[in-house]
Amino acid sequence: MSVTTLSSHALAQRQPNWIVRLFDYKPFLIVMCLAPALGLLTVFLTYPLGLGVWLAFTDTTIGRRGIYVGIENFQYLLTDPLWWNAVFYSVFYTAVATFGKFALGFWLALLLNNHFPFKSLLRAIVLLPWIVPTVLSALAFWWIYDPQFSIISYLLVDVLHWRDSNIDFLGSPWPARFSLIAANIWRGIPFVAISLLAGLQTISPSLYEAAMLDGASAWQRFRYITFPMMLPILAIVMTFSIIFTFTDFQLVYAITRGGPVNSTHLLATLAFQRGIAGGELGEGAAIAVSMIPFLVFATLFSYFGLARRKWQQGEAND
Amino acid sequence: MTETVAQSTVADAKAPPDTMAWDSGLRRLMMIYLPLGCFVLILLFPFYWMAITSFKPNAELMNYRDNNPFWISSPTLAHIKHLLFNTAYPQWLKTTMLVAIGSTTLSLIASTLAAYAIERLRFRGSPYVGLGIYLAYLVPPSILFIPLATVVVQFGLFDSPLALILVYPTFLVPFCTWLLIGYFKSIPYELEECALVDGATRLQILRRITLPLAVPGLISAGIFSFTLSWNEFIYALAFIQSGANKTVPVAILTELVTGDVYQWGALMAGSLLGSLPVAIFYSLFVDYYVSSLTGAVKE
Repeated sequence: MSVTTLSSHALAQRQPNWIVRLFDYKPFLIVMCLAPALGLLTVFLTYPLGLGVWLAFTDTTIGRRGIYVGIENFQYLLTDPLWWNAVFYSVFYTAVATFGKFALGFWLALLLNNHFPFKSLLRAIVLLPWIVPTVLSALAFWWIYDPQFSIISYLLVDVLHWRDSNIDFLGSPWPARFSLIAANIWRGIPFVAISLLAGLQTISPSLYEAAMLDGASAWQRFRYITFPMMLPILAIVMTFSIIFTFTDFQLVYAITRGGPVNSTHLLATLAFQRGIAGGELGEGAAIAVSMIPFLVFATLFSYFGLARRKWQQGEAND
Repeated sequence: MTETVAQSTVADAKAPPDTMAWDSGLRRLMMIYLPLGCFVLILLFPFYWMAITSFKPNAELMNYRDNNPFWISSPTLAHIKHLLFNTAYPQWLKTTMLVAIGSTTLSLIASTLAAYAIERLRFRGSPYVGLGIYLAYLVPPSILFIPLATVVVQFGLFDSPLALILVYPTFLVPFCTWLLIGYFKSIPYELEECALVDGATRLQILRRITLPLAVPGLISAGIFSFTLSWNEFIYALAFIQSGANKTVPVAILTELVTGDVYQWGALMAGSLLGSLPVAIFYSLFVDYYVSSLTGAVKE
């Protein structure tokens, strides 16, 4: 009984129909497996990326095909104080927010690397700002930054009596800029902390034991073990963070929409305002394309950060 | 300096005297628990503020002199009622859910196949395909949304949720593929060789052996994609125009913020309700989130 079923099974295996055979043919299978992913990415990522660069050299507007105008858009941008302002704020925003995120995030990661009760619960809570839709937490910040009913102003004025008047968070350029940076840091800390915590946990405790035996202080252990061992992962996380902070859109759009008097425009929000809201697709695309050099710089930064990894793993230098 | 450290380690190793224990306890409190407490307080405060605002009557919202702003003296459901019955909020939730589930399914299928091909069907140049997909992750939506808007119009998908379902995989597929390549790597190759020797076809191997073993990875990729597409903003803002087809984050910002007087109660209630699905989802799968977040970074 069992012998007959086995042999018929083997027979069916030996004479598969042509579809099964086709799907077992490796090159065909590879093409079939890669087709959906590469198709989606080509149509909705590579093609638009090229199209965006092309649009930047045309005067396309919504509803009208543009013609090639050369570098006119970029020449115009170079004379546009608003663009320069956006470049300045994008760089400033990225620099200050990244510094804040990494200083505080690293600190939080070091704290979370200790042993204490409810550790996993705490780790879960810490990640919450990163999980919740950014626009929705940005709305909460907008309400926290309200000129009249800000809870921070209430604390400082009515509870602590440190100030006499409410803080005008979003009404004038510099306070608005720093308020947005604070919201960005708040949102970015969890990602940095959890990623770095994962890195911290891979450092072998024996290194610390050896350093303790040699009499290294807590600061020396951090400076000569933790920090160098964390450099590769720091480089990767920082590249991601820089890219996504520099191209940030949601926070600024939700809280200030680039105001007051266009002082908090990032390149992304300026591109949206000109390109989609204003209908000048060509000019908006030019603004978006002008972000690319900065991003290439950030990616190169990552590449050299990754290159460090080799000597840290003890492999041959090249 | 070094001596004190050495001494303290020696003291730790022996049974420390009571004063030492108290001292290190206080030190722990100041160095670990106090800063941790501050971090948690600051990280959670906006959510507390969001939640408390959505249940406060308007009179209390606008009057800090007579009411303690940190508490509600007469909680109300008026804001949530307004949201559910006077606005298209349920419709927005439905659209967001549809878009998130659709794009997650699409990207999971595409990236599972791609990751399998790259990691297990090894062909010449497969590392480069993997690298190319990884690089796609580094292209931020802020650069793409303007040309993508024209592409979406060309395809006749403007103002349709289908546009979002098709576009979201551009940032989901690179992430999921990279995550799944890592998972497939951890599955012993010998298992597949055994199956090959036993006469299984490649597709049978994928379905019967590799996929069941990669379930944790699939869950991680799935919940992550769901969260990312639920939270996506810029594409949804640029491609959707009519009120009914908007996703929750966009709709709250563009439909509920009207005029000069902001209805903070309703705005915060909307934000709270819009955050809850991902927050609940998150609380069910915390470990998967953490592993996918850190796994994707480490790769």
